[in-house]
Amino acid sequence: MSESKIIDACNTFCPGPLMELITYMKQANVGDTLELLSTDNGTASDVPEWINKVGHEMISSEKVGEVWHIKVRKTK
Amino acid sequence: MSQKIQIVCVSGTREKLQMAAMIASVAAATGDEVAVFFSMNALPYFVKGHTEDASAEGELGALMAQQKGVPPFKQLFKQAAELGEAKLLPCSMAMDILKITENELDSELGPPTGLTRFLSDAEGGQLLTF
Repeated sequence: MSESKIIDACNTFCPGPLMELITYMKQANVGDTLELLSTDNGTASDVPEWINKVGHEMISSEKVGEVWHIKVRKTK
Repeated sequence: MSQKIQIVCVSGTREKLQMAAMIASVAAATGDEVAVFFSMNALPYFVKGHTEDASAEGELGALMAQQKGVPPFKQLFKQAAELGEAKLLPCSMAMDILKITENELDSELGPPTGLTRFLSDAEGGQLLTF
């Protein structure tokens, strides 16, 4: 059964949010969805780049107010 | 494709340690093979019980020091080792000068390493110096 988890990395700077995501990604199971919350604008371009390089799946990325919501799925 | 990145940390200033730690952690967590060699003024920060904060070299460093939410460079180096198996190697020469042994360094640091060994491991990779 895949799970969904929210990781709140608001108010931390690069590469804090990405490292938070990677930490949780390591612990997650294949199929799990992780939603990263970040106020660091660089995260919005860095996370898709990392996901693409490592080979996981981007689900969505949108900015709501000041906060980026970046959803990804662990695929391996 | 993963690459091999060798980082040499020489400076003890906040900006340089931070930049080196950012590159090490992101590269290692992305699957690159990373080794960081700590020598000169960069090594004392990894001696157990060292509390002095790295001083800023300029404006960005000063702003980073005040700003909450900047991941500390030591935490980033540790994550590089834990999440990406980066090797954190203390320079054996700097250890001799400081008169310290391996046990007196933070546990995430690897074995004391000489230049010859580091350079032979670095062959074929990219070498960045901070």
